[in-house]
Amino acid sequence: MRQMLIEHTPDQSDVVSFRIGDQDYCIDIDVVREIRGWSPTTVLPHSPPHITGVINLRGTVVAVVDLAARLGLPQTVPTPRHVVIIVSVNSQTVGLLADVVSDILGIDEGSVKPVPDVGPDPTRAFITNLITHDDGRILRKLDMDKILPRSAGGQPS
Amino acid sequence: MPQRDDLRAAFFEECEDLLAQMGDGLALMSDAADTPELETLHSVFRAVHSIKGGAGAFGLNGLVDFAHAFETVLDLMRSGRLSIGSTGMPTLLRAYDVLSDLVAAARDGVTEPSSMAAILVELDILADGGGADEEDIEFVPVPLDLSLPFASPVEPEPAPLGYMIAFAPSAALYLAGHEPAALLRALVRLGSARVIPDTDEVSPLAAFDPGSTALRWQLELSTCASRDEVDAILDTVSHLADVMIAPLVTHAAGMEEEASTQSRPSLPDQVPSEPGPIASLAMSNSDPVPVMEARVKGMDAAPASPIRGQPEATPVQMPVASTIRVNLDRVDRLINQIGELVIMEAMLSQAITNAQIEDGGDIANGLEGIKNLAASIQESVMSIRAQPLKPVFQRMQRITREAADATGKSVRLQTIGEGNEVDKTVIERLVDPLTHMIRNSVDHGIETAERRRSVGKPAEGLITLSAAHRSGRVIIDITDDGAGIDRARVRQIAEERGLVAPGAHLAPSDIDNLLFMPGFSSKEEVSALSGRGVGLDVVRREIQALGGRVTIQSVPGQGTTFTIALPLTLAVLEGMLIDVGGETMVLPLSSIVETMRPASVQVQYLGRAARMVASRGALIPIIDLAESFGFDPVGPLEQAILIIVEYDADRCVALAVNQIHDQRQVVIKSLEDNYGDVPGISAATILGDGRIALIIDPEEIVQSAAAESLALPHVANG
Repeated sequence: MRQMLIEHTPDQSDVVSFRIGDQDYCIDIDVVREIRGWSPTTVLPHSPPHITGVINLRGTVVAVVDLAARLGLPQTVPTPRHVVIIVSVNSQTVGLLADVVSDILGIDEGSVKPVPDVGPDPTRAFITNLITHDDGRILRKLDMDKILPRSAGGQPS
Repeated sequence: MPQRDDLRAAFFEECEDLLAQMGDGLALMSDAADTPELETLHSVFRAVHSIKGGAGAFGLNGLVDFAHAFETVLDLMRSGRLSIGSTGMPTLLRAYDVLSDLVAAARDGVTEPSSMAAILVELDILADGGGADEEDIEFVPVPLDLSLPFASPVEPEPAPLGYMIAFAPSAALYLAGHEPAALLRALVRLGSARVIPDTDEVSPLAAFDPGSTALRWQLELSTCASRDEVDAILDTVSHLADVMIAPLVTHAAGMEEEASTQSRPSLPDQVPSEPGPIASLAMSNSDPVPVMEARVKGMDAAPASPIRGQPEATPVQMPVASTIRVNLDRVDRLINQIGELVIMEAMLSQAITNAQIEDGGDIANGLEGIKNLAASIQESVMSIRAQPLKPVFQRMQRITREAADATGKSVRLQTIGEGNEVDKTVIERLVDPLTHMIRNSVDHGIETAERRRSVGKPAEGLITLSAAHRSGRVIIDITDDGAGIDRARVRQIAEERGLVAPGAHLAPSDIDNLLFMPGFSSKEEVSALSGRGVGLDVVRREIQALGGRVTIQSVPGQGTTFTIALPLTLAVLEGMLIDVGGETMVLPLSSIVETMRPASVQVQYLGRAARMVASRGALIPIIDLAESFGFDPVGPLEQAILIIVEYDADRCVALAVNQIHDQRQVVIKSLEDNYGDVPGISAATILGDGRIALIIDPEEIVQSAAAESLALPHVANG
């Protein structure tokens, strides 16, 4: 099992960037607990298509969200080469399925841009900002509150 | 002040223990109200006394006052001056309830219970000699003046008697820096006294040894102070001097009176005393014996005056198993980690098998050892969460009393097997259903005293609450010796409410189970007690939520028994591992009635898709589990396995699954923490290979199936 722990740095502006399809996305490093290779999940009945299933994270049941499906892109067919980014937001722990983790980047304020009005794309709702990178890539920063399935008794969205 | 808050919290925790101790003692006393065990009385008294002491320190005056009145009655009882008999017992029990309420009220900062004043009056009547005079009730509502800490409400005007005190200091007393004159002065301040120095042993000056002690004193103390106050002064030096305190009956009597002694058994001879029969009794009897206090009037006190065995001012704690309080989170974390260990062990053994090591004997042995160790650690950790049922059962004593009072019936609750241990969460969630069932038994089960006498039963009804471990579950029985279920009446009500078709063929047990139907209430007039629109159906739902089952047996004229079967823990479940559409899932074993291959039985079709199977004379609807979870259907039933599960009282459904793998204990993991509720799934677990399996909730499966197809046939009983 591939597994890689990320040093937690106090610098607020660090992000973890990863690829889904041919697009670059990123999330705050603060919410990331660990990154691990994909392992087969247990399918949850009646779950929306973006919930791949649940995995065992050292004794805790963690749901895995297929980010591609969540963002309205074609559903991922996971292989052991895919990665699961374990994030913890509001005491809820969730795995995010992505193609590959590319980098940990320090972001400087000037490169954060608002999302231009691109029309009613389903992905648009999940993006808070765009970050332009020196090498010309554009990182789409994800809104974790919208990505995560609802927890605590409520029906998962 | 946080420190004071800590102390306060510690006090209330201690109060809980003391109240529990009192509950035990009172239960013992009510079994033998006429001749209560002295040790029991002492333990109850000490508990009240400790609560009073602690409450005083925190300025909880209401609690202090009440505890004092309570203590007074208990003190009279243990000194043999009051025998309350069985008539006074209910008052003591109610006083215990009020004391519990007062402690709770003081802790939560709410107002004191309204019943306090009434019980205070009752205690007062008891203290006045058993409340024999009915007229006395006329003036008892006058509130007791309890402001004087040790003024006995028993005797408003205690006769100004006193004590004869013999005080013989040892050399150690002087070495410790005590001054006899100061002690004597302190004693004299309690009243008036005549101090007689005893110089008999003082040697002539020529032979004077400054290291030895020769001076002794006798003190005739006339005082209305209690023995406690005298003791308090002398307690500090009681181990450094020979002290004898005797009640002063008349001034003339003096030391000839039988003395009560506070000294150690190694009482040196030099102290002038009358050993006599009483002293020898003191040697032979190690148990504490109550003492007749100096307040006792007249001559009759003297001949019977037993020995004071124990200083009253320092309550002695009963030996209690040593315990520590641990935050529950830590225990749960430990349980999780042990679960991990078990899984890691399984993964390791898988890896070793895969590696195909040549001579793996040692490795296999080592693995086996780890496996056994992990299992035993898991068991030990689970037992940390387990707690005895006793506190719940004790609460039921009170529920019974209150229910009996409310209905005007006389009912006694007997508890058996309260030492059996169950998971803490199970215990907490058991209180409500048990309360309801006890009330139900008192209200509906036990007949009125007249009715009971007319059928030759004792006037007092008996409810037995018993617990026992049976094959990994705890079985709780609630048995009453009442009239049993009036089946004709139950049937009539069920028909009136449209719960069953008129004239339907129902076995007696079917009729009994109607009581569990939602909306059923058999009492003709809604009683204040259990007629709250909440029926036994709620009880059943609560028990089922705990993974348990409730059943009912009733014999007309002899009583009714409710049986609750509960899992010992909510953390582990005995489950059957099944294959549903390629996914491994767990079905709780407790719900499974039987399994069968449909090839060997007749499957009946109803309409287009509904299928049923005949089993033991009943037609049971079939649900395709895979289909209901949105997976690929099982396919032709001939290749499937049917598992018949009970999802409701005597209502079954057959679940079609692909395969049965195994049966084992699984550790329950919540899905809701990180995901949310999944229809038809109660929780998840982690299998030996580290993968997650979902635990099926059969009741939800049936409900969602019923919601999807209203055509689902309802054929519970042919």
